[in-house]
Formats: sequence, structure tokens, C-alpha cells
Amino acid sequence: MTTGTVPTQERGPVTAGTRGIAAYRGYRPPVGMLSWALHRITGLGVLLFLLLHIVDIFLVGYGPETFNELLFLYRHPVFRIGEIILVAGLYYHAANGVRIILIDFWDKAYQFERQLFYGVIVVFLAGFIPTAFLMIRAMVR
Amino acid sequence: MSAPRLRVGRERPAGGFELYSWYFFRISGLLLIFLAITHVVIMHVINTVDEIDWRFVADRWGSPFWRAFDWLMLFLALLHGLNGARLAVDDYVRSRGWRIFAHSILWSAAVIFLIIGSIAVLTFNPDAFQAAATAAGS
Repeated sequence: MTTGTVPTQERGPVTAGTRGIAAYRGYRPPVGMLSWALHRITGLGVLLFLLLHIVDIFLVGYGPETFNELLFLYRHPVFRIGEIILVAGLYYHAANGVRIILIDFWDKAYQFERQLFYGVIVVFLAGFIPTAFLMIRAMVR
Repeated sequence: MSAPRLRVGRERPAGGFELYSWYFFRISGLLLIFLAITHVVIMHVINTVDEIDWRFVADRWGSPFWRAFDWLMLFLALLHGLNGARLAVDDYVRSRGWRIFAHSILWSAAVIFLIIGSIAVLTFNPDAFQAAATAAGS
């Protein structure tokens, strides 16, 4: 997706004769592939939660008993962890989305492909670390 | 002397529905960054799922601003998300029959979830339950 020929060191060791997932051992994906895969996985993950969330908020219309009874689900520890993963996915998708828009509308962006991806990681961590810290603190308190 | 522009990322579609979809992704995406991150900070950081209950939602939706905010977010997020799922389907589902099937599911989901989400956000009336509770109590 970048320059046509991939430098040999990025392709990893030659794995002739190896089959299945083992063939990918030592393979270092180019940043474009990595960011694309993460964008799709996080996007579909957030969509899945959104659909669930629309159903639960629909139950608000059935009154306090119905809705509050359902909330045990979101207060379950497994869901609290899932909530943090959801935020991670959302933040990555947002940061990487800005990178995609930059590439689309800024002619020189392709020259800084690697830097832009590292920028996404920095923005993601700068947002996610404080958010996760506050969420975990509220959880254990 | 400058090298030709390299193809990076998804090519901008030439026209028609795919071009609208391409623009919609980018415009709704930018709006959603603001809407969804504000939502996450208010509902998951400042408040948490320990505090949020029916009363919390009722108070919040007492304000037309938050109803409009939530409805706009619902509309943009749902179409952005399902349109993304449509691109994933186009990437992996090759046979014509299965593709029609998958697209039907996605469009139906868009209509159904938009309707139930809109009913939730726009028609919610906490006073109805207040009145019912008072009537039952007396």
C-alpha cells in the first residue's frame, strides 16, 4: 500500500515451508496495514456496542423498574473492563480517523506516513491513559 | 522533479452514492469525535455507571439540548458504523446472493435501530411514570 516494493527487513525472515499462522512469525506489518486493521476492528467493535446501547436506552421508556433492573449488567466487573476496552477502541478510531482525513486532504501527507501513525499512537495514549486511570480509580473506590 | 502522488489509503470514489458515503464518513467522523468524546467524558469519567440510573437519564433528558445532542449522535454514529460495516461486507462477501443478504440486514438494522433510538430519545416522558407512581401510591 505504500511504495510497491516492501523493504526486505519489513517482510521478516523467509518462511518457506512453514504453514498457517506460524508463517507470520517475525513478520512486521507495514504501518498502513496495521492502522487499517485496527481501524476496522475498533470500528466494528464500537458499532456492536452502539447497537446494544440503543436497545438498553430504549428500555428507559418502560420506566424506572425495567431500566434499573437491567443496569446490573453494566455494573458487572466484566462489563467494566469491557467499558475501558470500548473507550480504547473509540479513542484509537477517532485519532486514526483524523490521520485518514489528513491523508485525503493534504497532498504531502504520504511523505510522513510513519510519523503520522506514530502521532496517532501518541494522541491515543495521551487521551486513553488519563481516561483509563480515572475509570479504574472510580471502579476500585 | 517531484515524484508522482503515491496512492495511500482508500481512493476517493469518482461519484454517485460511494462519493456521498466517502464524504459522509469524514464529516460525520469529525462531528462524532466531538460528540462521542464529550459523551464518554460525561457518562464514563465524570459520572460512572454506578451513578447513572433511570433518574439520571430522566434529569438529563429534561433538557432539550441533551436530547438534541444524543439524537444527533445516535443518527451519525449509527449510519457511520453501519456504513463501515457495509464496506467490510463488500471486502469479504464475494457472492452476489450473500452480499444482497448482508446488505439487506445492514439497511434493515439502520432503519430499525434509528426508529427505536429515536423513540427512546424523542418520546421519553418521565412525568408519565411520576403520575403512575403517585396514582398507585395514593
